[in-house]
Amino acid sequence: MEKYRIDQKKGIEFGLYTLGDHIANPFTGKRISAQQRVQEIIELAKLAEQAGLDFFSVGESHQDYFTTQAHSVVLAAIAQATEKIKIGSSSTIISTSDPVRVFEDFATIDLISGGRAEIIAGRASRIGLFDLLGYDVQDYEALFEEKFDLLLQINENENLSWEGQYRAPLKNAKVLPRPKDNTLPIWRAVGGTPASAMKAGYAGVPMMLATLGGPASAFKNVIDAYRETAKRSGHNPAELPVGVTGFFHVAETSQDALKQMYPYINEGMKLTNGQGFPKQAFAQAKDKRSVINVGSPQEVIEKILYQYELFGHQRYLAQMDFGGVPFEQLAKNIEIIGEEILPALRKYTVKVQGE
Amino acid sequence: MNIIGLSGSIVGSKTRTAMDVVAKEINEKYPEANFQLIDLKDYDLQFSDGRNYLDYSGDTASVTRKIMEADIIIIGTPVFQASIPASLKNIFDLLPESAFRDKVVSFFITAGSSRHYLVADYQLKPTLAYMKAQIVQTYVYIEEKSFQQKQLIDDDVSFRLERLVEDTVATFGAAEWVRKKKEDSYGF
Repeated sequence: MEKYRIDQKKGIEFGLYTLGDHIANPFTGKRISAQQRVQEIIELAKLAEQAGLDFFSVGESHQDYFTTQAHSVVLAAIAQATEKIKIGSSSTIISTSDPVRVFEDFATIDLISGGRAEIIAGRASRIGLFDLLGYDVQDYEALFEEKFDLLLQINENENLSWEGQYRAPLKNAKVLPRPKDNTLPIWRAVGGTPASAMKAGYAGVPMMLATLGGPASAFKNVIDAYRETAKRSGHNPAELPVGVTGFFHVAETSQDALKQMYPYINEGMKLTNGQGFPKQAFAQAKDKRSVINVGSPQEVIEKILYQYELFGHQRYLAQMDFGGVPFEQLAKNIEIIGEEILPALRKYTVKVQGE
Repeated sequence: MNIIGLSGSIVGSKTRTAMDVVAKEINEKYPEANFQLIDLKDYDLQFSDGRNYLDYSGDTASVTRKIMEADIIIIGTPVFQASIPASLKNIFDLLPESAFRDKVVSFFITAGSSRHYLVADYQLKPTLAYMKAQIVQTYVYIEEKSFQQKQLIDDDVSFRLERLVEDTVATFGAAEWVRKKKEDSYGF
């Protein structure tokens, strides 16, 4: 885990991630400017650091209703604005980028931040960026696999020669700058299926697993498949971190939390995914077994600990800002995380010496 | 109430002829409804490649969006090779897997003979059910002999199509009542 800058003795890591969506608040119908949204994301990272959170990440989505297409630039600003919190992408669409350039950018962010940068590489759920950036969507899988593999090779080798189908060959090329400690933690972003998780297992890379809803136990199967595949492929699962992401919101009661959060998620999904979130499925978030961490602070603590028992994951990433959630609500959430949730999670997950 | 009449073939006339009867019925009985007829013959649709429907362009984008915005979809389909035509299956393939959630879907089938009457139960209904449609169970199966010179001449079929429209709209009303009652019970 050391390679990935994770110290399990400190307990489960808690982070925030944003897709950088830019959507009108469904309660008011008003949308803040792109400038305000970007600045609030940077501000959010600062608040997360002050509250003692471990990680903050920003994703790229190249379509309407998003604003952090240039996510590495936003991360550079966050690197400068913060001091301790680890930062990363969630995710970097490596398929439609040049891995050399991505590595240069994130190695630089790592230097700016003093060794805090990470990459979570994904394949994109929407595909508008293929046309926009000049790639053929027919190569969706092949582009990702080849470029992700090249990114991993650059991470391990300062000098390399490489040849592939989708990029000019590298002949004893030197990719600079190197990150502060020479390599970056690079994760593979995984959707909900075991097949997708197994790909991360074959490569022996850390997995960041996205969840939208459903029972936590369904995702345990995915994580098991990942670890088993990693083991069969000659990697040691005990050295490979697993991260899990999902919706998050806390309020005084679970009923309040659901009521406050549902319109954001439902309207946000309609705009960005073409279909709302079924209310019936969201209502099941009240159950401890649901993977959606929306509820009272105590309920959410119990859920995350329950998930920790099931998954044995090293990092939880909360998505709390989707769908035009106003900044004050996000700030309030962060305050509760810092004051109530983190102390409880650490109490139960910090490994005491000799254990 | 958004109603789409989806004529699922790009050749022939029987399906469209029957769909025109359905359209007339809806316009007369439910003038308040927003009815649109989509005849796949009039559109140039690409084959599904698995992307989100929002990521298509041109006719493929406009047709899929119209269907996703509908409350009710009445499908008309011929039988090709003991199944629905590829043009109609492609519509299903272009949409998200739960595309028909909170939508009522009903249909009629046109065919040269009675041989393929089970296509509805064995081919069409399982796909609609998988895509979470509230299916109107009774459908209308129309044979070649019910048409003459691009007119529906069979009074029995005409009556059955009337009942299909009525059942479809009534099912939507009931489904909406159930959905609202259920969602109100969650208190958020």
